[in-house]
Amino acid sequence: MSTHTYKKNEDGDSSILPDKMTVYQECLQACNASPIQAKKCRKLLSRLLRLFYAGETFPTVESTNLFFSISKLFHNDDPALRQIAYLSIKELCSVSNDILMITASIMKDIQSGDAVYKPDAVRTLSRVLDGSTIHAAERLFKNCIVDSNQSISSAALVSSYHLLPVAKDVVKRWSNEVQESITANKTFPSSSYTKHEFNGYSKAPNTTYIHQYHALALIYQFRNSDKMSLIKMIQQLTERKTLTNSLAQVQMIRFVEKLILDDSNFVNSLWPLFVNWLNNKSDMVELEAAKLILNNSSKFNAEQQMHAITTLQSLLGVPRTVTRFAAVRILNKVAIKDAEMVGVCNLELERLISDQSRSISTYAITTLLKTGNAESVDRLVTAISNFMDEISDEFKIIVIDAIRTLSLKFPAKYKSMLTFLDDVLRDEGGFNFKNSIIEAIFDIIKFIPESKEIALEMLCEFIEDCEYTELSVRILHLLGNEGPKATNPSTYVRYIYNRVVLENSIVRSSAVIALSKFALIDDKEMNNSIKILLKRSLQDVDDEVRDRAVLSLKLLESKDLAEAKSYLSPQFKYSLPILEQELTKYVKNPDKASFKSSFNIDSIPKMSEEEYMAVQYKEKLIGAINDDLTDSKSDNKGTDSSSNEDVKELDNISDITKYTLLQQQYQNELSALPEIGEYGALLHSSASVELTEKETEFVVSAIKHVFEKHIVIEYSIENTLEDILLENVNVVSTIDSEEYTEEFTLPIEKLSPLSKGKVYSSFIRPEDDSEKYLLTTFNNTLAYISKDADAEDDEEGFPDEYQIEDLSLTPGDFVIPSYISNFTNVWDELSNEESAVYNLGDEDSIDLQQVVSKLIVTMSMMPIEGTEVVISGKNHSLKLFGKSISGGKLAAIVKFASSSKGVMMKNVVKGEEPELVELVANYLE
Amino acid sequence: MGNIFSSMFGKLWGVNKEIRILILGLDGAGKTTILYKLQLGEVVKTKPTIGFNVETLQYKNIAINMWDLGGQTSIRPYWRCYYANTAAVIFVVDSTDRDRLETARKELHMMLKEDELVDAALLVFANKQDQPGALTAAEVSKALGLVELKDRSWSIVASSAIKGEGLTEGLDWLIDVIKEEQM
Repeated sequence: MSTHTYKKNEDGDSSILPDKMTVYQECLQACNASPIQAKKCRKLLSRLLRLFYAGETFPTVESTNLFFSISKLFHNDDPALRQIAYLSIKELCSVSNDILMITASIMKDIQSGDAVYKPDAVRTLSRVLDGSTIHAAERLFKNCIVDSNQSISSAALVSSYHLLPVAKDVVKRWSNEVQESITANKTFPSSSYTKHEFNGYSKAPNTTYIHQYHALALIYQFRNSDKMSLIKMIQQLTERKTLTNSLAQVQMIRFVEKLILDDSNFVNSLWPLFVNWLNNKSDMVELEAAKLILNNSSKFNAEQQMHAITTLQSLLGVPRTVTRFAAVRILNKVAIKDAEMVGVCNLELERLISDQSRSISTYAITTLLKTGNAESVDRLVTAISNFMDEISDEFKIIVIDAIRTLSLKFPAKYKSMLTFLDDVLRDEGGFNFKNSIIEAIFDIIKFIPESKEIALEMLCEFIEDCEYTELSVRILHLLGNEGPKATNPSTYVRYIYNRVVLENSIVRSSAVIALSKFALIDDKEMNNSIKILLKRSLQDVDDEVRDRAVLSLKLLESKDLAEAKSYLSPQFKYSLPILEQELTKYVKNPDKASFKSSFNIDSIPKMSEEEYMAVQYKEKLIGAINDDLTDSKSDNKGTDSSSNEDVKELDNISDITKYTLLQQQYQNELSALPEIGEYGALLHSSASVELTEKETEFVVSAIKHVFEKHIVIEYSIENTLEDILLENVNVVSTIDSEEYTEEFTLPIEKLSPLSKGKVYSSFIRPEDDSEKYLLTTFNNTLAYISKDADAEDDEEGFPDEYQIEDLSLTPGDFVIPSYISNFTNVWDELSNEESAVYNLGDEDSIDLQQVVSKLIVTMSMMPIEGTEVVISGKNHSLKLFGKSISGGKLAAIVKFASSSKGVMMKNVVKGEEPELVELVANYLE
Repeated sequence: MGNIFSSMFGKLWGVNKEIRILILGLDGAGKTTILYKLQLGEVVKTKPTIGFNVETLQYKNIAINMWDLGGQTSIRPYWRCYYANTAAVIFVVDSTDRDRLETARKELHMMLKEDELVDAALLVFANKQDQPGALTAAEVSKALGLVELKDRSWSIVASSAIKGEGLTEGLDWLIDVIKEEQM
């Protein structure tokens, strides 16, 4: 809906909304009248409902009054009045007091009332009941769930779902009835209400099986904590093909997805189900199954994925627009990761370019742009130019983004790309659209140096007539940076100075800075002319422009040109997310004294221009894939420690920044503990390691923190029991090697039911330098005193122990992932090579992507050149880089190759510290 | 059409009027049993009423809306929400429950003080007469302090909801009083 029509509706609604107080008074009057006039009350209540549905509410007193008045309507038997009374009460329940007064009357209706308002009664009852009154309604609910009337059964099932937070254990007792209802055949009763005035019985089907969907959702809630019974349910329901409702089947697919994400071993046993789903008579089911398979491509083999693609391929040809759209959208997403696989659909996709729906044709084009090869690019670009005028800005942006990725992929084609971008840049368009074009041109300039001069000229032309201040400023900044390096800088000076004369103050001030950068090149004549131009700006009406001109002139006239350079065009950039975090911390510091010292900018990591660009390039090329990967990763880690959740929010920034932010957070947490605070700087923290299964009574995970002389292990312990309280929780560790000595542990005093806590154990690292990377294993036991949660304070619990898995110190714990832009050079320079070969086993049972992701975590090194994404599926080479905690460089190349004997992995490690190189090469989990 | 005629006749004979009667009393006194004995003529199995039951019964050409409000301590405060336009109150007492007669007396007198019930007639059922050890109507009347009531038509009838004894007598008296005083 466009903003225009949306607004119109909104206005129309609010202008005829009835007056709140009038409705209130009239309702009270009509409901308390005797005898009751059903028709009048119905009319008034429908007005009241309109108010509620428009978002109006009444204060508690008024709404309680309304509630009691409406409850008086219950002695009237008009079914339509009863229905609307239920609707009103349902809305009032959330704000009124004493709603339990209506309980008995509703229950009577459910027992012996008319089938017409029974479902409404059931739904209202679920709002009225609380933990103490629900017992009285148990029988009723059970009866309604198994009722043969579909509306009643559905209402009861959905209501039970809503009652779960009120009294889960009570609702769980109805699981037999719910189970029964999923297989039972339910119909709508043929009452006078289904009969059409003129046509007799309507054509409406007598059942929709929607109750299956509701029942399934409920059963899942009963069983989702128990994987085995969940599997049993899935098998029962799918074997006999009980589920006929499409929504229920889609829901089932989603449950299966969760299972598979947890444990990919299920894929093979459940695969026959997918075959059925992929050939279902409902498009919805087919799409959902294909989406599951392609979104989790790492869990399925190539053949299985192809199956899904074929299904989508056939869906591209159906007459239903929505289906075509959904199918092409999924394919588009897949094409980002694996363009080759989508290639089979190219014929269908090309046909869709002329689809009536512009949304579909846009997706088709962008998909083709990704699957296309160098030869077809020109043809496609022409095809797009023809239809650019016909689509809306949002879709234009999608196309521009696709073009941008494409130009980075085929740098040789930059000329035709730039011509295309230049054409669309001249077209009419909103800010977001123009912005995306500018972004695309910027990227081409950055990463395809040959294109620079043509592109810069295009941009110069563009700012001559640019209505968006923000874009002008960005372009001027770029001209300032790139112009002086071009072969003929003076051409740009004219364009920039035009801005100083013609534009608003914001553009003028950035033009001044851009100009002054031209004065830094080694050209006397140019320097003087720039100074003259800058002097003219000293008379500017705007103080910001004058300030910048004064500053620039001052710097340019100083003797020390190098210093001027460092101010006017600095060689490094600050990492902005970290700068932001540090500044907030500084400003929010409660200790006033800390403001006496100024903010220390040196604590922010700097990146050289080159490093910054390398990181950016990497993000741009594989940004989309990364998003996907982190998406699924964060899904998996949902139950992990809170620190991981923080990381999730930072998905959009680069790995290295993420790592630094996380380290900083650990450092803050640890230094807050007096015992650990004096250990000095935190050198490295490992990723979190799970020491128990996720479903056990106590969920334990550990993070290893390495300090100069100590190792601190942080155990996060979660008590998942509802009725047991733990006291004095500690982790008892015995160590394999004597070189490590335990110093102390910080136990948790009290761990309430369903809460989390942290235990810290500190160990002293071996003093001998030759043993500084000594590996060892901690055998852990959880020790605690357990008590009943509702026990008296003075009651004594009994001591107990709980076995958790061992924790190993791995070579990765001494390695800090870090980034370099020129991996190959560094690799050649490093000596101390060490290598190891492993056989990973049969090709089919191995998921390379999974192996690679795991390696990155265990080796604790940074993947370089986008090698963390496995593309071909059989052969891959992973490049990793990191630094040891004492600063030595460490690089690794891991090669995978499949042969007749299985998948071979060769791990070659080079580095400055021989002992670490040896450890890293030979260590594999 | 039928409605129009009946309402016209109703106006002619002056019997169309709907009246509201509340059935109140402590929990377990037998209010719900009395309501359904009067409406259906049979004894139904009841559970403690959470809230209220309302039924309409035709009695001697009068439509009576009988409101049976729950008697549990938690629900008593809400009785007052239903006092408006009430023609009469039927107060039911468990005649065997000697310990709580005092509580019943307090609740009764507190209720009768309400402005909205100034004109309402009062019928007390000394219920559960079928049980051994039940107090007589006179004894209950004394314990409730009914004689203290001024400016109000009241009566007390010994009843047994299970056997159906006393209910119609009491209701007859009530209807007569209402017809006389309020119609």
